[in-house]
Amino acid sequence: MKIIKLIGLVLFMACLTSFVGVLFVGQYQFDYSKLSENPTEAEEYFYQNLLRLGTHAKDKFRMVDDIQSSIAAANRAINNKYAINENLQNKVDSAALSLMDAPFTTSFYEDLPLSKVQLQKLREYTTWMAGKKYSAEDLQNYLKQAINNFNSGIINTFGLDSYKAKELTTNTLKQSVTGLVARHPSLLFTLIFVFGAATALLYILPNLVLLGGPGIKNNGIFHNPMTSRKWLGILTGSLLITFYIILYWFPYYLVEWILITEPFAHWLSGGTSSQWFVYGLLYTLAVGVMGVRMLIKYRHSNYHLIRTLSVIFFQLAFAFIIPQLLAKNSLPAIDLKNMWPLDYSFFFDYRIDQMIEAGTIGYFMLGWGIVLFVVAVPVFTYLYGKRWYCSWVCGCGGLAETFGDPYRQLSDKSLRAWKIERWSIHLVLVFAVGMTALVLYSYFSGNATVLGLNSYTVRGWYGFLIGSVFAGVVGTGFYPLMGNRMWCRFGCPLAAYMGIIQRFKSRFRITTNGGQCISCGNCSTYCEQGIDVRSYAQKGENIVRASCVGCGVCAAVCPRGVLKLENGPEAGRIHGPIEISEKGIQVF
Amino acid sequence: MNHVVIIGNGISGISTARHIRKKSEARITVISSESEHFFSRTALMYIYMGHMKYEHTKPYEDWFWKKNRIDLVYNHVESVDFESKTLKMALGNALHYDTLVIATGSVPNKFEWPGQNLQGVQGLYSKQDLELMEQNSKNLKQAVVVGGGLIGIEMAEMLHSRNIHVTFLVRENSFWNSVLPAEESEMINKHIQSQHIDLRLGEELAEIVDDGSGKVAGIITKTGEKIDCGFVGLTVGVSPNIAFLKNTALDIDHGILINERQETNLPDVYAVGDCAQHRIPPTGRKAIEQIWYTGKLQGENCANNICGKQSSYQPGVFYNSAKFFDIEYQTYGNVAVPEPTGIASVFWQHNSGLQSIRVAYEIESRAVIGFNLLGIRYRHEVCEQWIRKRIPIEKVLKNLKKANFDPEFHKKYEHEVAQIFTAQIGTNKV
Ligand SMILES: Cc1cc2nc3c(=O)[nH]c(=O)nc-3n(C[C@H](O)[C@H](O)[C@H](O)COP(=O)(O)OP(=O)(O)OC[C@H]3O[C@@H](n4cnc5c(N)ncnc54)[C@H](O)[C@@H]3O)c2cc1C
Ligand code: SF4
Repeated sequence: MKIIKLIGLVLFMACLTSFVGVLFVGQYQFDYSKLSENPTEAEEYFYQNLLRLGTHAKDKFRMVDDIQSSIAAANRAINNKYAINENLQNKVDSAALSLMDAPFTTSFYEDLPLSKVQLQKLREYTTWMAGKKYSAEDLQNYLKQAINNFNSGIINTFGLDSYKAKELTTNTLKQSVTGLVARHPSLLFTLIFVFGAATALLYILPNLVLLGGPGIKNNGIFHNPMTSRKWLGILTGSLLITFYIILYWFPYYLVEWILITEPFAHWLSGGTSSQWFVYGLLYTLAVGVMGVRMLIKYRHSNYHLIRTLSVIFFQLAFAFIIPQLLAKNSLPAIDLKNMWPLDYSFFFDYRIDQMIEAGTIGYFMLGWGIVLFVVAVPVFTYLYGKRWYCSWVCGCGGLAETFGDPYRQLSDKSLRAWKIERWSIHLVLVFAVGMTALVLYSYFSGNATVLGLNSYTVRGWYGFLIGSVFAGVVGTGFYPLMGNRMWCRFGCPLAAYMGIIQRFKSRFRITTNGGQCISCGNCSTYCEQGIDVRSYAQKGENIVRASCVGCGVCAAVCPRGVLKLENGPEAGRIHGPIEISEKGIQVF
Repeated sequence: MNHVVIIGNGISGISTARHIRKKSEARITVISSESEHFFSRTALMYIYMGHMKYEHTKPYEDWFWKKNRIDLVYNHVESVDFESKTLKMALGNALHYDTLVIATGSVPNKFEWPGQNLQGVQGLYSKQDLELMEQNSKNLKQAVVVGGGLIGIEMAEMLHSRNIHVTFLVRENSFWNSVLPAEESEMINKHIQSQHIDLRLGEELAEIVDDGSGKVAGIITKTGEKIDCGFVGLTVGVSPNIAFLKNTALDIDHGILINERQETNLPDVYAVGDCAQHRIPPTGRKAIEQIWYTGKLQGENCANNICGKQSSYQPGVFYNSAKFFDIEYQTYGNVAVPEPTGIASVFWQHNSGLQSIRVAYEIESRAVIGFNLLGIRYRHEVCEQWIRKRIPIEKVLKNLKKANFDPEFHKKYEHEVAQIFTAQIGTNKV
């Protein structure tokens, strides 16, 4: 058995190495003939530039450099073509002077040598000024502002903004790959993904025998460099963090992965792959494979068996397969179990429009998404606590409870951490609600700026800080460093919302079994949410905490049978320490 | 201001300190030579097995003591002068007290076995013992654990977790059969063996053999068998840690003699926990109780009395728990061994041999008097109430599910217990 495990490990490491390795072996050759048929003006500039840099084979970094300098060149060309330059600006200035005391009208621009677009936009920007009188200086200033507005919007409108640039880089690079990856994507897919999952299982399945009989087997966790924040954990954390940074901000370095998964994506949904498809696939495999590990580890506990099967199911079906099938049928590819405010872009204009355009099913999706957080959250959280979502359904929770389980003991149990947690998670909730309110206001009013805040800028910051840095880089990248629920504990706005309900209006609690606690500390140590369970258990108090996700591990690791997750009447749910005497057990 | 000095920072001493602080502004000093901060002795095994680190076993964060104005002194008390109310310390000046609480816990027993001081032979009680065990078990292949009690089986599990082969010498004919009825005891025997522990029932240690360099090479049993090993764990019970108090005015028997208010024979001197011996034990209780929660209760009781709130030690209905490898054990009330006349019990066992339920009752009055659970968790509050109120067995069995404390979705067997009872009644066995 040990040998099988070792073979599994060696083979898995080989797959992992190839997986990372394929990113570095390819050669890239730009091929003009493979490009999209209707390039935009900016893309045309871009291709011309890239061609000029040569179509010989290059390595990846060289290729990315060339692509990016071509994008910059294209944007310069666009800018030259559309921008209102200094010369024109001066002309506008003198025209403003000559307007003298006459009220401003939009026909003001007619004698100026502006292009059609410039004319149209400037008029648009200054209609509100029409009919009013200005001093020459004020008028110049206002017009300058309008010109600045126009100039700064050029790249967004005609050029390659950062989003388009990222996409163009990825696509161009993808089309330029030559060699093994381009020729045998399916073979590599099988070798890396299928074989990788299989060998990981080969490493995990022998645990059935090696761990001994069913029961808690946490032997050696703090001796293992992977699970005790020593070198291997730190290395793994660094790799995960690097992965997330590349995924979010430099996805074009991952084109080989996108290419390899293309045939599978095509088979599944008829569409193409993307870095998000790769990520979804990796995520699902991680939940599945590490879910099997979880099933073996907790096979003595039906609660954990059922809960683990549930998160695997929701990840596989709801997060991975159903969205692909929806896409196949040209419907919005949404994850029906994800909900606002965790799914922070649910109310973004393009998503609402997408759902509305999809007709009846789209309206259903919109309604469903609203019902989830308006009705399902309060009702289910009242009945069962937030665990119904956090450790049974949610994708973030699903990854934490499977892939993240080996790291649960690394969460910070200090009072200080609890204080930070309460501030940070509720601030994120406020941020999410505020941001969404702005976005919705903009959507209905058509006005991008409210109270001096541009809703696009605010949502951009939310996406960057919360959506990417917090939920991704920190949330998962820090698993081996600070435990598997960093995001759920400190950042998730949905968890914050459910936590408030769980704390104040719910039937859920962890019951403490009278005076049986021996203060050993296993429960606190293995609480992924950093709850100091022992501090309650040793006083005989029930545990009612906003952050508890009901993973049930405290109850499982307790060697004295002290803890039980249960739903019951609200009366007496929260109480003080118990006192034991001749009169029995009294609760205060 | 009253200066309360507590010797010992275990659960008993610390409970005393905490409860005094809740009730009074007295100056409190807690002395220990084992560790700077209070930690949970019951978790020692988990540190060795890698489930936790030492830090995790501290029930309070380090800032707690200062915040609650409990002064911690990391020092050893060599002797006590009860006349002048001073403590002679191993390091530094003597310390004066107004009120003294002795909470010095226990020391592992040794029985003058030849070779018991060899390197590689040790007990397991303190943090230092654990550190020693860490050293003694480096590169170890073969170990012997002597003594079939709770610490013995923990030590066997600890060594086993490091893939060290363990021979487990138990004097009795079945594991812990002075406490566990035959069926439960047999289940544990089987379970120990299923872990590939070499369980030797009815075997005693005769001597420990030197390898010539002052290290242990093996042991010889009373039946003359020689067992090679590089480590011998001696876990044959513990005794009150009171050697430094002998030949003083303090009244001592096995432990420090106390009344129900934790008072010793000397004014302003109290004793709590493992080191204390009740002159008149509460009904159903032993004079010396080496149990975690009784230390806690005694500490609170002691604090009450020191703070002028007269109270007496009332531990209530007995309960306890343990874990034997993968099998959890809980007990409530009194399940006596051997079963006294006039008492009967219903016993159910799962065919895996890993779970059982026993409910003991008085045949005459039908009152339920005790529960024994293996591999199944029961609610303290419910069992305690049934026992205290002497609820009849028939009614208890009807409601037995209410006592179940197993996690959600776990299979429940209470109906089977009731069936067995009905069958027993049918055959007039009770
Ligand atoms: C390995 C192990 C596992 C156990 N598991 C359980 C269990 O599961 N359940 C249960 O109920 N009980 C268990 N027990 C028993 C339980 O731990 C004890 O009953 C309890 O710790 C006693 O607490 P105490 O405060 O009375 O003494 P202790 O915890 O022994 O504390 C006494 C302290 O005083 C210090 N001290 C003594 N003399 C001096 C001196 N002269 N100067 C300075 N300091 C001094 C000692 O070093 C020690 O730190 C276990 C015991 C052991 C050893
Ligand atoms: S694991 Fe159980 S016995 Fe240990 S501290 Fe927690 S509740 Fe108490």
